Amino acid sequence: MTTLEDFKGRTPAWCPGCGNFSILRAFNEAMVELGLSPHEFVIVSGIGQAGKFPHYTRCHTFNGLHGRSLPVATGIKLANHKLKVFAVAGDGDCYGEGGNHLLHAIRRNIDIKLFVHDNQIYGLTKGQASPTSMKGMLTKTQPFGVLSEQFSPITLAIALNCSFVARGFAGDIEHLKTLIKEAVNHKGFCLLDILQPCVSFNKVNTFEWYRQRVYRLSDNYDPTDRVKAFEKSLEWGDRIPIGVIYKKERPTFEEQLPVIAQKPLVEQSFNFEKIRELLTKFN
Amino acid sequence: MDYSIKIGGEAGQGIQTVGDTLSHIFTRAGYYVFTHQDYESRIRGGHNFYQIRVSDKHVTASRSLIDILVALDRESISQHERELNHNGHVLYDSSFLKQNFDRPNFLDVPLFDLAVSYGGSKVMANIVAVGAVIGMLGMKPEIMYELIKKIFKKKGDEIIQANLRSAEAGYRYAREKCLTCSFMVSGFESPKLLITGNEAIGAGAIASGVKFYSAYPMTPSTGIFNFVAENAREFGIVVEQAEDEIAAINMALGASFAGVRAMTGSSGGGFALMVEGVSLAAMTETPIVIALAQRPGPATGLPTRTEQADLLFALYAGHGEFPKVILAPGNPEQAFYLTNKAFDLAEKYQITVIILTDQYLADSQWSYERFDLNKLRYQNYRLKEEDFKNLKEYKRHAFTETGISPLGIPGQSTNLVVTDSDEHDEEGHIIEDAETRVKMVEKRLFKKIPLIRKDIAPPLLYGEKNSDIVLICWGSMYGIVKEVVDEFRKRYKIAMLHFSELYPLPEDQSWIEFLKEAKILINIEQNATSQFARLLRMETGINIENHINRFDGRPFTVDELKEKLYDYLRRL
Repeated sequence: MTTLEDFKGRTPAWCPGCGNFSILRAFNEAMVELGLSPHEFVIVSGIGQAGKFPHYTRCHTFNGLHGRSLPVATGIKLANHKLKVFAVAGDGDCYGEGGNHLLHAIRRNIDIKLFVHDNQIYGLTKGQASPTSMKGMLTKTQPFGVLSEQFSPITLAIALNCSFVARGFAGDIEHLKTLIKEAVNHKGFCLLDILQPCVSFNKVNTFEWYRQRVYRLSDNYDPTDRVKAFEKSLEWGDRIPIGVIYKKERPTFEEQLPVIAQKPLVEQSFNFEKIRELLTKFN
Repeated sequence: MDYSIKIGGEAGQGIQTVGDTLSHIFTRAGYYVFTHQDYESRIRGGHNFYQIRVSDKHVTASRSLIDILVALDRESISQHERELNHNGHVLYDSSFLKQNFDRPNFLDVPLFDLAVSYGGSKVMANIVAVGAVIGMLGMKPEIMYELIKKIFKKKGDEIIQANLRSAEAGYRYAREKCLTCSFMVSGFESPKLLITGNEAIGAGAIASGVKFYSAYPMTPSTGIFNFVAENAREFGIVVEQAEDEIAAINMALGASFAGVRAMTGSSGGGFALMVEGVSLAAMTETPIVIALAQRPGPATGLPTRTEQADLLFALYAGHGEFPKVILAPGNPEQAFYLTNKAFDLAEKYQITVIILTDQYLADSQWSYERFDLNKLRYQNYRLKEEDFKNLKEYKRHAFTETGISPLGIPGQSTNLVVTDSDEHDEEGHIIEDAETRVKMVEKRLFKKIPLIRKDIAPPLLYGEKNSDIVLICWGSMYGIVKEVVDEFRKRYKIAMLHFSELYPLPEDQSWIEFLKEAKILINIEQNATSQFARLLRMETGINIENHINRFDGRPFTVDELKEKLYDYLRRL
């Protein structure tokens, strides 16, 4: 069995009080409770404060480019579907720069767990608006306030029939941990959007702001009803629901690929003798 | 024997079917074939052609004059009649073209009537045309019949018989009616293989153990994607059509990181999107092979035509400083072996290798006796599972004598594989300190490049060693320049220096002396700014003053280049 000691990574370079610390703790505890060892999963991350995440735990790591964690994760999963593959991204990273990849990863339903650290602001570049910033927010680069509609990742994911859609809150570690565990145990693509206050740059959506609004979905809530889930996804303002908002099991991308039905691609040896047959196609 | 056949018509009329069938008949009959295609960026209409050169000798480019023009539209006649050789013939169907040409060298074959009477359908007109061409050439029809049986094997006997009857009808008609046809075809030799540049890259990749190919369709690179996809099931390859080229390269990098040989391909516009991924491959030292099939730019340019104008773009693709290899095959045979070399170098040095081709090479077909599989190299450079399991400590980016760190496969050991697009330490974790940074640049760049240069072959010298005139070219210019050299050799001391391994330049630099000794250097490129000559000057200091450039999107024929060269030599 693993312990929290096994997931002790490098010292985080996040700001003191950053919501990311709680996410890291929830993640590490979830891994221990799931009985996973560091070598059993890969974390692919992008760029931003969230992108540094894998360095601060212990795991196989591909810390790639801004916005590109999902395609790299897709390549890894297709090459070795025995590995658990997680993608960790920020709101600017995944909903801005990498938006197109998100659409298609959901469509593929590849078995990747996507954890988005959503602080509704750009932290690493010091406080510009992100796709999830609320309308009207003033920043250095939005001098007239945010003019665009706030992006709702949950609504989008449900519209695309995403296999697992959830929202967590960095201020509720126990609940977040159960969501992470549930996502890891779910077969198919999972989007877990995690509300995470940025203590340095987001002066609107503070810990206090979230605490007053966030509530856990009740046990009576049925996450399998897509239309209800869609309605629930629109709830944002005085009350913000957290929990599994929608889930639907469907065949994963890799399950449908005959080439890797017997064993992972990486375990398939190269048969040079067959190449002779290949060349006969040109005769 | 050296005949050129041109099939012209609108897109969607079946030019490709007629051309491909004829080319295969010729290669099965043992002739050497060279084909090239000229098509517009549309699915129906317009004017396209398919040109076949068939000979009993190795042919490596197209000629300007044609011997048989198969005119499926009137445009073919108005555009190409002037290209006819002195005894050239035109095959057409007066009822379809709604025009009669009362000239002795025009053979009016009722393609559609014969198709309906013998094949039971108008769609058989193409196969009637194939039969008629074989008849005009006076070839024996047996090989054509064999090929038809092979092509339509899966479609059942009824379809086979209809096609056979149609081909025979065309054949007989031409034999009887073409009284002025006096083509001489020589005896049969052993059958050849017929292959395009794109197919050769696809086959080369499969023969090198490619397991993952992700791409976004883009002319003229799509043929590689198609070929790999067609063979995916049989050879255990995952192919994925990515949402864009950015995803394509990142997926391939993910697959490579996870332990399999991975590749992507595109043309200039798509490659432009991949560029940040090239830089990512460099920083994470992830092996990847990229096929870049050029077409004329800028932007969308001429989508279905040819150019060699992305060389310097490929050279500089990616922010930051890092090693990269660029290979530019001159023909499908080189494409096959160089694709193999691309994988070998990518895996050995954990770098990006770009295979740089263009529409001309991508789509043209060449015939060969055979490919020698013994020339292929397959070495597994990655950490073996057993060794990885037993390693006490593993650092993905460990400093080593060669700069090459052990490449472990995640999941095969309890050791962790960690890499980062940020500058990192030996373990792969983010760093900021100057000392590690400098050591990493030394490792990735300065240590690897001299080793890579040892593995790069010098350019190919074709012709005499002590030549007065040296023609310098690269990539797909190979076949055209080679034939020009053959024809000029009677009058001049002339040679070709062809570069197929473009960058970095090889450690062996004996060819530089050869260039310095030549009286006249003429650089020939299919672009406006002589990009390779610039690269050569930058790397060697050699300044070439004479240039022949073409940038209208069309390839040179042997005759066109000859004429240009004569003009040039006259002026010198």
